[in-house]
Amino acid sequence: MKSIGVLMTCPMHKYLEQQLETHFNLFKLWHCNSSITEFLKTHQGNTIRAVVGDTNIGADAELIASLPNLEIVASYSVGLDKIDLRKCEEKGIRVANTPDVLTDDVADLAIGLILGVLRRICASDVYVRIGKWKDADFGLATKFSGKSVGIVGLGRIGTAIAKRAEAFGCSISYFSRSQKPFANYKFYSDIIDLATSCQILIVACALTDETRHIINREVIDALGPKGILINIGRGAHVDETELVSALLEGRLGGAGLDVYENEPEVPEELLGLGNVVLQPHVGSDTVETSDAMADLVISNLKAHFSNKPLLTPVI
Amino acid sequence: MDCNGYRQENHEQNLFPKPKVLVLEPPPVFIYHEDKLSQKFHFLKAWDSPLPLDQFLTTHAHSVQAILSHGSCPVTTNTIRLLPSLGLIVTTSAGLDQIDLQECRRRGVSVAYAGSLFSADVADIAVGLLIDALRNISAGNRYVTQGLWANNGDFSLGSKLGGRKVGIVGLGSIGLEVGKRLEPFGCNILYCSRNKKSSVSYPYYSTVCELATNCEVLIICCELNDQTRHVINKEVLLALGKKGLIINVGRGAIIDEQEMVRCLMQGEIAGAGLDVFENEPHVPSELISLDNVVLSPHRAVHTEETLMALVELVIGNLEAFFSNKPLLSPVLLDE
Repeated sequence: MKSIGVLMTCPMHKYLEQQLETHFNLFKLWHCNSSITEFLKTHQGNTIRAVVGDTNIGADAELIASLPNLEIVASYSVGLDKIDLRKCEEKGIRVANTPDVLTDDVADLAIGLILGVLRRICASDVYVRIGKWKDADFGLATKFSGKSVGIVGLGRIGTAIAKRAEAFGCSISYFSRSQKPFANYKFYSDIIDLATSCQILIVACALTDETRHIINREVIDALGPKGILINIGRGAHVDETELVSALLEGRLGGAGLDVYENEPEVPEELLGLGNVVLQPHVGSDTVETSDAMADLVISNLKAHFSNKPLLTPVI
Repeated sequence: MDCNGYRQENHEQNLFPKPKVLVLEPPPVFIYHEDKLSQKFHFLKAWDSPLPLDQFLTTHAHSVQAILSHGSCPVTTNTIRLLPSLGLIVTTSAGLDQIDLQECRRRGVSVAYAGSLFSADVADIAVGLLIDALRNISAGNRYVTQGLWANNGDFSLGSKLGGRKVGIVGLGSIGLEVGKRLEPFGCNILYCSRNKKSSVSYPYYSTVCELATNCEVLIICCELNDQTRHVINKEVLLALGKKGLIINVGRGAIIDEQEMVRCLMQGEIAGAGLDVFENEPHVPSELISLDNVVLSPHRAVHTEETLMALVELVIGNLEAFFSNKPLLSPVLLDE
């Protein structure tokens, strides 16, 4: 397989890079100073039969069109919003992603963000570090146990979050494309009703045309001044401008965010707020899970090029 | 309120004066809810008086039947002896190490405390500190707010919580709530306690050192007493190991703080999440310099909801005492 060309779209994980270099003929798109077409002309682009992308740079129509021998896109992510799936289907290109191995980490982060915001763990850590505890006690936070949790998208990650929140005595409700017959939680077919009924709203669905800006001003207002929003999905799920103004005006109680509309840019107004916890898109960023995701990417590529079934196929 | 109503209330007050309760130092519940408490009780505020404590106590000795205390406010043998009419100490804490229980037992003074009111909140903070320490949430938050993500690129990787062996030191009300919360995260729960609990299936270790040897996270949920003071020492920390984390929501003095600081600085353990310290509000400066430590200013129970529930409990216990009814959350002094 050493002759098979694989294009990695951006630096995502050193171990993955090393593994790709070991098993395949690796091309690194970020080393390209010219246009992709030029890059491919001078770098034996025709030998590229696979693309490894991630949440930053995937495989859009332009990239796909410039790789005539592309057979498979193996994404170092579970989200597929950066891949032109329709184009792949048209051209018979296989697509694989990394579900399940990252479910726990992302769900853990969601709970960590809730506690960070409600119990003000991050803000009080700053308080201690700047020496204010010597002068005065920090002040009160909000209890998490027993609160009502609403989940947007009850897939693998949403379900994992629900199981964790249940152990804190939380009541769970959800909004989804369709009701899940085996989920023992209250289903809302209208996201406004979900936001009205819960205190903690968590975005855990896939980003599609239907879910872009699904969290808009109406939903935020329904969640209200005591409500908090947690986003571990994609930045584009939330109308970021509306979110910022709601937080500044006190129409929303707080937010825990791991994703943003234009990463790594984060709205400046959010940076000083004590009721907001900001993470630099680290949902699955643990040593263990990053390696597991890398192994899965490699396994899918090896399976494809040995004419074996993909482990985690999307198309 | 009209004049008649005011006269009526005043008259009633003279017939039924509010019971007197001595407060040595104001507990947080007092700071936030003094109005509500003062509707029912007349508080003798020792800290507010120009008199030295002993003199204050002697002056009011005849009228003091109850004391309202809190976790860091000692109720000493001396204080109890100066109050011959004392029948009740209500503490707003779950911990009792600040009260001379032996003297209470001897004198027949009842003690009421917070019971398991705090357990959920303390368990929540323990889990919150653990996730933060493993996933660098506070550190990541600083990374973003200081503008480093845009300039310096991706943040460092954290460590996975799922699959970890978590050792709970002290499986009382709080320890059990911690275990219950961590199970769906895929943690394997182990514990060490004074006695093995027949009702739980978690593996039991009879010493903290054995527990530390067999786990990667230690969560301190026990009370502070003579047996637990500095029970987390160098031996235990080294047994926990270089990938180990320690979370303390008990009392600072359960851990040999200097030793823990040394272990953190030298990488003998991987990180810590601490809500309590040996000498609050002082926090060792070495900890302030570390990114793999999460620092919390002893506020595991400082939520609005729990403080409100605590006010109700304090009022309930005091009312029960003054009307000769059973206390709502008595401490069993015969143990």
